[in-house]
Amino acid sequence: MIDETLIKNTIIELLKDSSTRLPQDVKDALNKAYDVETGPAKAQLEAIIKNVKMAEESSTPLCQDTGVHIFFVKMGDIGNPKLEKKMPSIIIDAVREATKKVPLRPNAVHPLTRKNPGDNVGDHMPYVNYTPIDADYIEITAMPKGAGSENMSRVAMLNPSDGIKGIKKFALDTVVGAGSKPCPPTIIGLGIGGSADISIKLAKMALLRPINQRHPDPAIAALEKELYDAFNALGIGVMGLGGKTTVIGVNAELGYCHTASLPVAINVQCWAGRKATARIYKDGRVEHLTYKR
Amino acid sequence: MDKILELPLDEKTVRGLKLGETVYLNGIFFTARDEAHMHALEYAKEGKKIPYDFKGAAIYHCGPIMAKEGDKWRAVAAGPTTSTRMNSLEPEFIEKFKVSAIIGKGGMSKPTVDAMKNFGCVYLAITGGAAVLAAKGIKEVIGVEWYELGMPEALWILRGEKFGPLTVAIDAHGNSLYADVEKEVEKNIPRAKEILKI
Repeated sequence: MIDETLIKNTIIELLKDSSTRLPQDVKDALNKAYDVETGPAKAQLEAIIKNVKMAEESSTPLCQDTGVHIFFVKMGDIGNPKLEKKMPSIIIDAVREATKKVPLRPNAVHPLTRKNPGDNVGDHMPYVNYTPIDADYIEITAMPKGAGSENMSRVAMLNPSDGIKGIKKFALDTVVGAGSKPCPPTIIGLGIGGSADISIKLAKMALLRPINQRHPDPAIAALEKELYDAFNALGIGVMGLGGKTTVIGVNAELGYCHTASLPVAINVQCWAGRKATARIYKDGRVEHLTYKR
Repeated sequence: MDKILELPLDEKTVRGLKLGETVYLNGIFFTARDEAHMHALEYAKEGKKIPYDFKGAAIYHCGPIMAKEGDKWRAVAAGPTTSTRMNSLEPEFIEKFKVSAIIGKGGMSKPTVDAMKNFGCVYLAITGGAAVLAAKGIKEVIGVEWYELGMPEALWILRGEKFGPLTVAIDAHGNSLYADVEKEVEKNIPRAKEILKI
């Protein structure tokens, strides 16, 4: 049966997996980039690919910036309302334990005093996005987010008359402005619509989708492809040292917005597009989706 | 033959490094990011002595993951952080402490490039995110100062053995690979706009 210890241990596994490994779609994109690059870009990609292998083999965090801890939780009916209510505290305990065990870098600090409690826990951190679903399991995604790329994220409240051209211009300006800083080749999450906060949430949610999967709406899929080609024509390249590969993915999500506004947001993800998902069923069965057991 | 430099570096060696060449470092170097930079500059302002002499030293923009084993620290993962965050602090830091090399990722802005030219310092780029690979070149964690700033922000004293590969991305003569790439990007923007039909 599902219980507190099982949920906590599964989350610790997800935190370990997500910091020490990379999803296959991201690895494939990096290998593909390695094949087409020459010069300094190839040397940088060689170091990246070698590092990913070393991290995986030694179960060591592939980047020292193990991020701040953001979770997406789909809450099904596990027949235990008491346990459901304990989810926030179980996640906090798991983050504390994983910080020591993996180990993860203690990144979470007070925004003004900059005091570091050392356990990655503080007000609103870890941050959990809950969605209720009609299922007999809880699905948990750990998505640690490093600061180098997160710092390059932007939101804009465009006028409806700016339209799709305005969105493209904003996206181009953001990627040019980010330049070498977010550890390119990056994955660009684009959120269109909603409100100011929802657009940036959509941009982050877009990063949950594998980069080799286009949006089901053909118009959005075409926009993703167009932005991908345009960004890779810029020549920022791997680590900003030039080359053909500036992004390895562009994923967009869309939400309805107020008739008077056009919010648009970009959430930048460094090449280390880290995440791990698992389902814990009512009967205690655990199914790892990103890294199958 | 790999080019391995022994720390601390003298000015002649620094001035002789060529843009784009690959080097490795042997010897003692220090991590310093936002807080350690601010701390050291405050010390200098108050006339207080910093714990180590940085003359000729290499400073690494890095907030490592360290594990304590017995009474000794070990570098678990130690890749670079984004150097541009130190843009406003670095020119004064180079002038005050006469460091010879900055190791980081993403490059630094013109005032730092100018300070590097004036005082004899280079910027060595290491692959961002490649933290296990970087930690492999750190043979020993000699000590830590200012640990109260938190693990990422503390001043870690490290001994490197063939630490790298590092690319000379800003030389001591005012040249920067990043500035060159930025110029290329400016030229490529019209092509990107054409693809986007804007």
